[in-house]
Amino acid sequence: MSETKVFGMTPTWRRDVHTHYCPGCTHGVAHRLVCEAIDELGIRDEAIGIAPVGCAVLIHQYMDLDFIEAAHGRAPAVAYGIKAVRPDKIVFTYQGDGDLASIGMGEIVHAVNRAWPLTVVFINNAIYGMTGGQMAPTTLLGQKATTCLSGRTAEANGYPVRMCELLATLEGPAYIERVALSKPQHILKAKAAIKKAFENQVNNKGFSFIEVLSTCPTNWGLRPVEACQWLEENMIPYYPLGVFKDFE
Amino acid sequence: MAKVLMKGTEAIAEAAIQAGCRYFYGYPITPQNEIPEHMSTRLPQIGGVYLQSESEVASINMLMGGAATGYRVMTTSSSPGISLMAEGMSYLAMGELPCVIVNISRAGPGLGGILPAQGDYFQATRNAGHGDYRILVLAPDTLQEAVDLVQDAFDLSQKYRTPVMLLADGFMGQMMEAVEIQERTIEEPKANAEWALGWRKERGGKRAVIYNLKLAPNDLEQRVGELQKKYEVIRQNEQRCERYRVDDAELVAVAYGTTSRMVRTAVDQLREEGLKVGMLRPISLWPYPVKHFSLPSSVRALLDVEMSSEFQMLEDVKLATECRLPVATCARWGGNAPSVSEIENKCRDLLNSSR
Repeated sequence: MSETKVFGMTPTWRRDVHTHYCPGCTHGVAHRLVCEAIDELGIRDEAIGIAPVGCAVLIHQYMDLDFIEAAHGRAPAVAYGIKAVRPDKIVFTYQGDGDLASIGMGEIVHAVNRAWPLTVVFINNAIYGMTGGQMAPTTLLGQKATTCLSGRTAEANGYPVRMCELLATLEGPAYIERVALSKPQHILKAKAAIKKAFENQVNNKGFSFIEVLSTCPTNWGLRPVEACQWLEENMIPYYPLGVFKDFE
Repeated sequence: MAKVLMKGTEAIAEAAIQAGCRYFYGYPITPQNEIPEHMSTRLPQIGGVYLQSESEVASINMLMGGAATGYRVMTTSSSPGISLMAEGMSYLAMGELPCVIVNISRAGPGLGGILPAQGDYFQATRNAGHGDYRILVLAPDTLQEAVDLVQDAFDLSQKYRTPVMLLADGFMGQMMEAVEIQERTIEEPKANAEWALGWRKERGGKRAVIYNLKLAPNDLEQRVGELQKKYEVIRQNEQRCERYRVDDAELVAVAYGTTSRMVRTAVDQLREEGLKVGMLRPISLWPYPVKHFSLPSSVRALLDVEMSSEFQMLEDVKLATECRLPVATCARWGGNAPSVSEIENKCRDLLNSSR
């Protein structure tokens, strides 16, 4: 492998690790934002992450934090198990849309409703990435996937699930926001949202849920730049960015 | 603590507390509801946490999170709920996370019924979940033993870094007996700081990761090989069995849990008739107490007594004796238990026919 030289990365980012993510995938950006938030808040010694099943199961390769790998969809339950014992720790999950919005729908709804101080970073790229591009609950109508080759239809599969809107109907959560990683302006907002989601937990201010619209160039069949454009043109109109709940 | 009259479920819950359990994850299902009820009242009084899950699927994963911190944690359920926990048990085993799971078992399959049965033997001893792993399974036949074993379960789970199951059928859960619950001296959770989550400062800034995934075949083969070595040590060291009036026996009944109570009475009464009957009572169902199956030459036959239509323990009895002896069966199921007279009649028939 070619030599990688890293200059000025935030301390939580683990050096000398080559990425396993595909070219153009925005997981790397989201990982970096999480690391920066943790370092800016100075909580590296206190943070405990729960890895999902999916591409981000290897998230702990990139972050110098305590981590546990959860079963598919169960990360929020694992988070509660930890937080019950160690309320002094900063506990977060990082989950994709297959993990969180499909198999883990039960766990996330009750996790948000119970509303203990926890942080969830939800990566929505409208597809199952690691398994090779199958339809997710978040796959858009008309979007093609390996289990809906002609595109998703509402008749067969229902409509794409809007998690932020769904969870914002609950009384409990402190903070719910949807952000995107498709251009720098969005990334700056995403950074602020993710940091706030951790800060809320530091200040014991309840449950924070950040949905991050992300790209999957490989399984979308697009080049990285095209994927960002596709996200802008197709995902944001259906999944509007913004704050859905804020205790302040 | 003095001897007190307690219900099985409550005794098990209190014994867990006295063994250092301060964190409990539970979901209602009959016939074990008094355990979460007891925990929800008691734990907040002593600085612990009762967390009610949204399902048994969540319970077992909450348990995984709690276990990963190195503290003593427990969940309890009954048969259908244990089925839902199967996935989590596999993950707990792979992560080598110490914890205690109690099954106050009821009659299945499916929704079945809420009365006691022993139809979860395969599920408990053959791995409920997927993959190459084992968990220790302990089965009490009195409430005093239930209390002692649930406390042992915590110690064993810590010693071997493994989930341990207490398999006690609904009779054990719902009956009352006098028990004496001792407070156990336990190691501080910090003793687990080497591997557990949340001790980064204590480790001098080094992180801990609890892995479940090993993508490369050589890595996974090595990892599972390490587990296998641990299971071999457990097989060697943790077999438990009671031998009751076996020494000159011609017929030996094999039974565990509640069923062994009827068998014990039957053995005593048959002995008064002059019939040479004894009992082997496995206490550890995994590892199965094979070492305790060395029987005197007087034994001509075995009788497997269960509350299971499929005679689920029969396979282990045959394996433990390497099929050297004929094994008859006596069973009731669906919430019924074999009566003492049913067992006695079966024993008399067997002794007569083998003469």
